[in-house]
Amino acid sequence: MIGKQSEERMKSKEQVLSLIVRNRPDVLARVAGIFSGRGFNIENISANITPDPGITRITIVTWGDTATVEKIEKQMKKLVDVRRVTHMNGEGSVRRELLLIRAALNNENEDEVIFLIEGLGGRIIQKDHGSCIAEFTGSSDDINGILNRLDGIGMEDLGRSGTVAL
Amino acid sequence: MKLKGAQIFIRSLIAEDVDTIFGYPGGAVLDIYDEIFKERLRHILVRHEQGGVHAADGYARATGRVGVCLVTSGPGATNTVTGIATAYMDSIPMVVFTGQVATPYIGTDAFQEADITGITRPCTKHNFLVRRVEDLEQTVHEAFHIARSGRPGPVLVDLPKDVMQAETDYPALSPSTFRDEETALHLDQDAIQRAYGMIKKSKRPVIMAGGGVIGAKAAEELRSFAESARIPVTATLMGIGGFPGTSPLWLGMPGMHGTYQANMAVSHCDLLVVAGARFSDRVTGKTATFAPKAKIIQIDIDAASIDKVVRTELPVVGDAKQALAFLNTLLANNHFYLPEEERKAWLGEIAQWKTEARRPLRRNGTIKPQEVIRTLSDLTGGDAIIATEVGQNQMWTAQHYCFTRPNTFLSSGGLGTMGYGFPAAIGAQVAFPERTVIDIAGDGSIQMNIQELATAVNYRLPVKVIILNNGHLGMVRQWQELFYGKRYSHTVLTKSPDFVKLAESYGAVGLRADKPEEVEPVLTQGLSLRETVVMDFTVDQEESVYPMVNPGASITEMRLY
Repeated sequence: MIGKQSEERMKSKEQVLSLIVRNRPDVLARVAGIFSGRGFNIENISANITPDPGITRITIVTWGDTATVEKIEKQMKKLVDVRRVTHMNGEGSVRRELLLIRAALNNENEDEVIFLIEGLGGRIIQKDHGSCIAEFTGSSDDINGILNRLDGIGMEDLGRSGTVAL
Repeated sequence: MKLKGAQIFIRSLIAEDVDTIFGYPGGAVLDIYDEIFKERLRHILVRHEQGGVHAADGYARATGRVGVCLVTSGPGATNTVTGIATAYMDSIPMVVFTGQVATPYIGTDAFQEADITGITRPCTKHNFLVRRVEDLEQTVHEAFHIARSGRPGPVLVDLPKDVMQAETDYPALSPSTFRDEETALHLDQDAIQRAYGMIKKSKRPVIMAGGGVIGAKAAEELRSFAESARIPVTATLMGIGGFPGTSPLWLGMPGMHGTYQANMAVSHCDLLVVAGARFSDRVTGKTATFAPKAKIIQIDIDAASIDKVVRTELPVVGDAKQALAFLNTLLANNHFYLPEEERKAWLGEIAQWKTEARRPLRRNGTIKPQEVIRTLSDLTGGDAIIATEVGQNQMWTAQHYCFTRPNTFLSSGGLGTMGYGFPAAIGAQVAFPERTVIDIAGDGSIQMNIQELATAVNYRLPVKVIILNNGHLGMVRQWQELFYGKRYSHTVLTKSPDFVKLAESYGAVGLRADKPEEVEPVLTQGLSLRETVVMDFTVDQEESVYPMVNPGASITEMRLY
């Protein structure tokens, strides 16, 4: 049986919002507070400074139908520190995530693991006795696919950034 | 010229035309209080910070200006939260200044430290923590600008003690840099043209006005528009006073405790023109059956309020005053003045609903609270400033007092804050010392900020408090009667004080009425005194507020009594 929440989620889709905000100490808390206070959910969030040190770009991935994302956009625009909100609806926008993984290495698997990582478009950025760290970038779907393929290679840890979109 | 932060703060307030601050001192704001002492800025010392914020709120609602409150750090700041949330829900322009521990102590759990910007983030329009004295003046002006521009709301500014003590150059920025008109929203004239077209075609239109009409000072434009197009008007609780209750086009309030005719008109209209209202659940009831036959035009300054609850046919994002003024111009240019006959059928139907809903009070020898309000309305000619608490007293006031002017009904609509009315009345009386200002209260809610009697007496404010004393938390009792099998769990108020003696002990006048024939003499006497007066009316304990729509039901499903 599919729960009500899952059903709603199936009707909705991933939505990406890009916010240009003033670089103030609590601006991220204000943005996140709108989501929690109004019952919206953040799938992932990333924030960093732009070439203008007074301006930060925040990228938020959420789930919802068009009406929901419109409501979120309007609430975001009410925040004093928010300069611009863009709905990255896919057409013409690029979305990327960064994945870092640490894989266990030994004499038997080393060649195979490195071959797999490089074959999936990854790059080894650190390697020592017994483990390596590799990075991948791609859309969320790409990263999910990569993680599936890497399953079973002896992954010890992973770190995954939120989506960045332009 | 180098000045201390506290001096810059006071000068910035004066530059913003602030003439009154409601406040309560404490360690973190002593430098400011020392400057207030020297500058002789009018400061009203309340007895509790919550009272101070509600008083600033009442001042703002009655005058249309920004209310100002000043408190200390920690508990002083946290005591303001209910008042701030009240103003936030009702879009009231207000700036609350809180003291904060010195910047090196922030985050160390210092004495009387609270993260008040964190605490109030969800209930302020914006808030600031001023970390450098160099930023102080600009921040004060920005705070006032944000509070009153667009959809108004409360702004909090947190002032660390060392910032108030530090010195810097005082450039005396011109507050006009931050004035509203420069950032006024561009009105979508095409949308108004389309609205005009829809209004012309409509056979059964209704206007629903909200607090935004009062906030935008658009009452005159609304009256002119409704009269020209001969459209009946209903106003939400927050919109009461925005349209004269004496007009034949007046329907009364819609929603849960709305009038029969207002709810029927909204449910049967073919066009609903909504101005400055946000479709609260208390107004719409079940949204799926709200105004089912109507196309909805929604005029609102806050784009986020459009399509939030009810889907609209035509959104108009903009200031209600500008929008209604433009509609009036279109009506005038096209000579759209409807003769009586054009709306005859529709207005006739509404008149029929008015007649059907009329019912006499069922007298049983006790004072009926509705009669207290009606008598008060007659005695004051609908011209007093009326604050209310929350609950039955509030709904009876909204239903039975005939409001004729905007900014005369001060009530916590969105948050429903018990304890709001009395301090709000104090704020209004401070603004208008010569006008009649009355708080209509229940015996429950008056006890939530009753300490402000000392404030009223201290400043010789002739505020009148009318207590509809039914020995219960009346509205909760009513819900227990209707929905909880008459199990009156903890709604009986035993051991309430003798309000007459209590008033006297504060130095106010106390009057009591126990019988119906005492109502008018007590009101007449109380209103005639130029002192703080508490009038305690022992009313029928079992009287309920009707009409009533059950929560979640359609607004056509009304219990009339």
